[in-house]
Amino acid sequence: MNGLPITSAVVVGGSAGASEVLSRLLADLPDDFAAPIAVVIHLARRQPSALPEALGRRSRLPVREPLDKEPLAPATVYVAPPNYHLLIERGPAFALSTDEPVYFSLPSIDVLFESAADVFGPRLVAILLSGANQDGARGLKAVSDAGGLALVQAPEEAAFRAMPEAGLAMCPHAQAMGVEALAQLLRERRELRARAGEEASW
Amino acid sequence: METDFDIELPLLLQAVHAKYGYDFRHYATASLKRRMKLAQQELSCRSLSVMQERVLREPDLMHRLLGYLTVQVSEMFRDPEFFLALREKVVPFLRTWPSLKVWIPGCAGGEEVYSMAILLREEGLLDRTLIYATDINREALRKAEAGLFPLGRMAQFSKAYHQAGGRASLADYYTVGYGSALFDRSLREKVLFSDHSLTTDSAFAEVELITCRNVLIYFDHQLQDRAIGLFSSSLCHGGFLGLGSKETLSYSKYSPDFADFVADRRIYRRQ
Repeated sequence: MNGLPITSAVVVGGSAGASEVLSRLLADLPDDFAAPIAVVIHLARRQPSALPEALGRRSRLPVREPLDKEPLAPATVYVAPPNYHLLIERGPAFALSTDEPVYFSLPSIDVLFESAADVFGPRLVAILLSGANQDGARGLKAVSDAGGLALVQAPEEAAFRAMPEAGLAMCPHAQAMGVEALAQLLRERRELRARAGEEASW
Repeated sequence: METDFDIELPLLLQAVHAKYGYDFRHYATASLKRRMKLAQQELSCRSLSVMQERVLREPDLMHRLLGYLTVQVSEMFRDPEFFLALREKVVPFLRTWPSLKVWIPGCAGGEEVYSMAILLREEGLLDRTLIYATDINREALRKAEAGLFPLGRMAQFSKAYHQAGGRASLADYYTVGYGSALFDRSLREKVLFSDHSLTTDSAFAEVELITCRNVLIYFDHQLQDRAIGLFSSSLCHGGFLGLGSKETLSYSKYSPDFADFVADRRIYRRQ
């Protein structure tokens, strides 16, 4: 699907208990899924991440850690590398930083979500999954304020509910959904699927 | 839609450049915006326009703003595999030169400088090496030169030192006092700390090795290319360039000047 313009994107954040859910969401994506997906999952900061490989086993889309300034490609899952913040710049392209951790987190979900909201505005879907701290709540609000769709994993079914609850508290417009409903939404949103001939405006 | 902040930011950067000569106009936008939002908040400025007015009239505020815009937090032996590759793959070539010059641009607090000095000491090369440690932030340079780091960071640094192939104990290289680790003066006898900007200054010496890790990530594409051009013109034939683990020359117009040397550790060789 390379060569298609990127018209919208998905960002996903989570911490403890999130990678299983994400793996499940990726396994359910349809063949014509076209949006890039950028992911921050909190992991050990100073060892190589096994996450891209683990996610790649169940995902039809390629999963990898992006390089600095790498342009976003359609239908690709990008996982933030450990010990770097992952940001999205106009282009759209990725940028990395080694700035201070946010809520002890490097990468931080807030950093990814806020920068993605800046670039994609209303053409962004943000999903905050299970986790035990409040990283991501501010970012979710930034997505919602920019007109994007803010979603959280329903706290009652999250392995750790603090993160989705913080998201809902900070961003009252966010919708809480079960994993099945999240998967269905990703499958069915038209703007996330391949539509030839549309021009991106950034 | 552009926010007021988006409109004010380039104006402020323009003013800073015109007044003080620091050029942040080609820094990568997303992280620059984060840093500026933090600076605005902590320096209690209602808007960037207010900050601009104050920065123009209060040099001390420029000094504080520089702290937000430039200092990167680094670690000694960050990405130990990189230093291990330097030791095992690059050092044998460094030995073939009668004297060595090493350039560490954007050295900030000096973590990379001391890591390099220790590695070269253990390989018996430090005595014939001159290390240029440069940054635009003079306060960071002064701190780097002092060689004082919080004791609390030593456990992490020590672990990385061993993973990087360290031959002794990191504690052999510092003394402890007042909650700080003071690194051995002899490590910096061969280090020249100086003010140099990858944005506005030119090449100043021919060197055999440059390590510039996680500095270029703060630059936009155009400024990255300027910096890589400086590296290309500073390195001798066969000299080495080490970048951060997620940085690449692939997007640079100078990439034909370099060959992959240890590709997965981002070590390139000038050809």
